[in-house]
Amino acid sequence: MMSVARFWRKIPQRYNLIGTRCTSCGRYFFPPRSFCPECRRSGKIVDYQFAGKGKVVTYTVIRSASEQFEQMTPYVLAIIELDEGPRTTGQVVCTPEEARIGMRVSPVFRRIGADGESGVIYYGTKYAPAD
Amino acid sequence: MRDVAVIGAGCTTFGEKWNVSFRNLFVEAGILALEDAGLAGEQIDAMYVGNMSAGRFVEQEHIGALIADYTGLASYHIPSTRVEAACASGGLSFRQAVIAVASGMEDIVVAAGVEKMTDVASGASVDALTGAADREWEGFVGATFPGLYAMIATDYMNRYPLTREQLALVAVKNHYNGARNPIAQFQQEITTETVIRSALVADPLRLFDCSPITDGAAAVVLAPLERAREFTDTPVKVLASAQASDTITLHDRRDISTLDGSVAAGRRAFELAGLSTADIDLVEVHDCFTIAEICAIEDLGFCKKGEAGKLTEEGVTALHGSLPVNTSGGLKACGHPVGATGIKQVYEIVQQLRGEAGRRQIDGARIGMTHNVGGTGATVAVHILGV
Repeated sequence: MMSVARFWRKIPQRYNLIGTRCTSCGRYFFPPRSFCPECRRSGKIVDYQFAGKGKVVTYTVIRSASEQFEQMTPYVLAIIELDEGPRTTGQVVCTPEEARIGMRVSPVFRRIGADGESGVIYYGTKYAPAD
Repeated sequence: MRDVAVIGAGCTTFGEKWNVSFRNLFVEAGILALEDAGLAGEQIDAMYVGNMSAGRFVEQEHIGALIADYTGLASYHIPSTRVEAACASGGLSFRQAVIAVASGMEDIVVAAGVEKMTDVASGASVDALTGAADREWEGFVGATFPGLYAMIATDYMNRYPLTREQLALVAVKNHYNGARNPIAQFQQEITTETVIRSALVADPLRLFDCSPITDGAAAVVLAPLERAREFTDTPVKVLASAQASDTITLHDRRDISTLDGSVAAGRRAFELAGLSTADIDLVEVHDCFTIAEICAIEDLGFCKKGEAGKLTEEGVTALHGSLPVNTSGGLKACGHPVGATGIKQVYEIVQQLRGEAGRRQIDGARIGMTHNVGGTGATVAVHILGV
């Protein structure tokens, strides 16, 4: 799925939703960016800890997946708008029937996938319905 | 800048071609295009090849050289360049060839596209295609291509009055056209029932909302317009070549249901050609999924946002409607060998403008458009061709 180093260097982002923020224009970035597309060279990027709370903008139910995810189907995949503004893509841990646009969600730490039976297990953030 | 013309075009049949290798697919398309242009290989000055992922599909890189070699051009040492932009690789290969001829750097240039997708299992091809999205922040969490377009469909259907039946009619129309195209992967007509009863892939998209996994190759030959009649009596002029970029992820788009890249490339193409939507006789759009055709018709400016479903239902986009869309059968029925699709679109328009499209001929077609999308809209190439 992903080499150990490639996964490892994004652990703070994937486990704890550490994104970035441009202190010049105030925009928040998750997934993180190291270069502000608005301010460009005059931007100043710092790390930012997202709370992870947000709402579902749109969603689908994946019934046919790539090899890594075949065992997990069906699962709900959504674009989530975090309360700070940025949008990100993630799985929602609810049934296909429960999913709806505008649904409030909060982050949960979950296993995302694994490299076979004896390989690295990849953890990350999924989202759970929140009231 | 010089005017550029297409002087020859060739395309393999599209399908699951278990008995044909990657390199032979390409050779077949190349020979067809050269024969059509009445050219011998030594007259070619340069070659561009659109290919998304030979590295994943057949574990072969260095495609430019491989193809120059197997088309017998290695001994002439002409430059041969691979162009990659996911599913828009073919459209960009065509554009690079147009730029090469227009600039005066080269005269006779081949633009080709090739993809051999069936040498890996379907799970592996789904994963390879996911590389057209953001691997780190879309693919990693379980997004698939049908899933991303399904999220466009969910958003679209929540905001605009598009019905399940209207969406299905896109596939029905494209299968009708494909049934009249001898190179198409699927040459059977279907009904809305076929679509609505097919298995869900990613809600609300079903199997028959999705383009298939396909092997195929296509090639066209370009020349300066002033030299075109040395080779053919029916040159097709390139009236505009436009390309646009957008965010790699769907979630970062300004509007989930609008491909701003299509809007930008479409506007630029019309501006370059000095034409408007009313001048277009037919258009090949990137219908990797039924919802993608709906968005494309709107984003290119043929109708307002939210109206393409109604347009489809009214038969406007049908083979003999006032704006025929995807006369080839589109990606849905003709097939979608990703790197070849953009060139196949040009091949279809060339056939139509020359009056050689047989049972799917649009009478009196003089101006055609192609629209080729990479990923969920991060790259878009739009071309306008005319006679």
